[in-house]
Amino acid sequence: MSLPQIEIQLVATVVAVACALPGTFLVLRRMGMMSDAISHAILLGIVVGVFIVGTLHSPLLIVAAALTGLLTAALVETINSTGQVKEDAAIGLVFPVLFSIGVILIAKFAGDMHLDTDAVLLGELAFAPFNRLTAFGLDFGPRALWTMGGVLVLNALFLALFYKELKLATFDPGLAASLGFRPRVLHYALMGLVSLTAVSAFDAVGSILVVALMVGPPMTAYLLSDRLEWMISLSAAFGVLNAIAGYWGAHLLDVSIAGTMATTTGLVFGLVLLGAPERGLIAQWRRTRRQKWQFAVKMLAIHLRQHENTPEAARECQVDHLQEHLNWDGPFAERVVERAVSRGSVRRENGHLRLTDEGREVAQEAATQT
Amino acid sequence: MLDLFSQLLTDYTLRTVALGAATLGIVGGGLGSYAVLRGQSLLGDAISHAALPGIALAFLITGSKAPLPLMLGAAATGIVATLFIIGVTNTTRVPYDSALALALSAFFGVGLVLLTYLQQHAGAAQAGLDSFLFGQAAALVEHDVVVMAVLGGIALLALLLFWKEFKLLAFDPDFGRSLGFPIRMLDIVLTTLLVVAIVIGLQTVGVVLMSAVIVAPAAAARQWTDRLSVMVALAATFGALSGVSGAVVSGATANLPTGPTIVLCMGTVVIVSLLLAPNRGLLWRWWRQWRTSRRLRQERVLYDLYTLAAKHGAGDRPHEAATLDAMVSGSTRTAYVLRRLAEQGLVAETSDERWHLTDEGLEEARRLADKRNLAPDATIDDA
Repeated sequence: MSLPQIEIQLVATVVAVACALPGTFLVLRRMGMMSDAISHAILLGIVVGVFIVGTLHSPLLIVAAALTGLLTAALVETINSTGQVKEDAAIGLVFPVLFSIGVILIAKFAGDMHLDTDAVLLGELAFAPFNRLTAFGLDFGPRALWTMGGVLVLNALFLALFYKELKLATFDPGLAASLGFRPRVLHYALMGLVSLTAVSAFDAVGSILVVALMVGPPMTAYLLSDRLEWMISLSAAFGVLNAIAGYWGAHLLDVSIAGTMATTTGLVFGLVLLGAPERGLIAQWRRTRRQKWQFAVKMLAIHLRQHENTPEAARECQVDHLQEHLNWDGPFAERVVERAVSRGSVRRENGHLRLTDEGREVAQEAATQT
Repeated sequence: MLDLFSQLLTDYTLRTVALGAATLGIVGGGLGSYAVLRGQSLLGDAISHAALPGIALAFLITGSKAPLPLMLGAAATGIVATLFIIGVTNTTRVPYDSALALALSAFFGVGLVLLTYLQQHAGAAQAGLDSFLFGQAAALVEHDVVVMAVLGGIALLALLLFWKEFKLLAFDPDFGRSLGFPIRMLDIVLTTLLVVAIVIGLQTVGVVLMSAVIVAPAAAARQWTDRLSVMVALAATFGALSGVSGAVVSGATANLPTGPTIVLCMGTVVIVSLLLAPNRGLLWRWWRQWRTSRRLRQERVLYDLYTLAAKHGAGDRPHEAATLDAMVSGSTRTAYVLRRLAEQGLVAETSDERWHLTDEGLEEARRLADKRNLAPDATIDDA
């Protein structure tokens, strides 16, 4: 690995973790699409910021863009609070309009600044090592690494300081409000962090990838964990995994790094969706299947117990009769009986089915369960 | 203005762009109405972003940039993304909007990978595919508009054919199911029509802004009516008007991209509708609130004067405004209210700046007390 390669991966990793921290709360608070809205709307803030300060690399620019993010959140809330437009429609209205104003401003004054819409939307991580932070004649590495490192520290600090408040406001906003934790203030603080993270990340990875990095790893972690601490740690870990795997994917195929990172994020989610131990699709499917057979065996046991030692027993306790009585088709009934036999709850006696002691217990237990 | 209009008739490019924008506005507005009513406003955003890999794939397979294959490719991945979103929401506890956001960005990422791959390997032939990001209305030719119109026409025709069914789906799917309608199937068909509406607009406004074409005209139309048929027609009209005016304005101005201009026109329509639409419009609502609170303030002061009069046993006994101020909680601008009541002849001011009820005022106050079931602590004899 060459130095620029290591640097690119470092930047990607830091961006991924910085996005995963506020992203976890976005996912839990059902505000995933706000990441999309904000990451688009900050284009306007960046453009206006460039007009004011005249350069793409100024802290003031980040402030201007973060304010646009807050403006987006406030506009969505204002429109939603009129009760005339649903929240999702409000989001779908606000960010295209703000984004359009940004695009038009760039198009009208493109000659005056080094900014084009593609760069904001798509980003180019491969250029990160070329833009270096130098001071006192020394080279301190890629500038993006320092910016994103700062954002990461800020996000981590915010989470550490307001962890309890965020947790409560996320899982029980009513209680949080009644205890005086000001969920609205927290909401806007979180929106501010999302904006800050999105704007700092935009020139490294582009706004669309910011969306993937913010919601993807937390969603993946959500499938695996029931504890907030675990979810946050897992999100960060998945973020790192996506960043590194994405980088090497791009390296192999010689394509956009942001593109492969977003693709990897989707793939990793897909794999976990299939294979997660409890909530995965395979686990769900196996559970349903197991339960279906268990239920059928219990039904058989109950049926046999019902007719045990009665005059009808000879007729009722035959495999053929199950089709009629339990509405099972022939092969299914045969397989249920096989399973019941192999579990030792039923035994076959010249064409008739008899419960074993164990089977009687199964039936008893199933029948008395409520 | 007249100049612009004559240009619209004579300038080939402008006419093509305007027709294209009108088509996408009509189809997007009509089908967007359903998306907005069904709480799927942001699904359009996900579908349009997810269309990008489809466009690149279609080019990779066919090697042509003809509109129809590209649109088919876009529709295919758009539908896959929708299925992914529905599947994830139905089988896990991941919230709907997060599923949207991930589908949007991950599919877009795949599109980006394919586009950059094509840039490396397909040479000059792929040039222009990235115009789908922000749309390039100026590059529309007649053939594109014809394809858009035919596909959009089919989508609208389907909407009309299954009008009753889709209405049921949008407003009460459970009832529809109990009547025996294939609600699941209808859901799939309607979502597919939405995908069609989105893919025909991509070339004009691009994947990023397409969601506004779906949401804005419909949200604006919703303000003016409570009837579905009127809403769909209005949304289509708003969409067409914004499309054409956006195309014309951007065509007449240098360096003004068409897609964003159309979106801003739609945004303006939304703001105007939110403020001015009869009944639901915010201005009317504020005005009604203001009138109600003014009336309540007047009644309050009148009734207070009545109470005072009752306590003193005489209707025409004057009181100072400050006394009335003290009787009402909060700031009610008593002096102003008294002057307004005086204009209506309900109260009168004495020479020493005190106020009393007139005969009409007394009558009005009694009527109010009656209506509100209020009774002062004492009664007054008629003077």
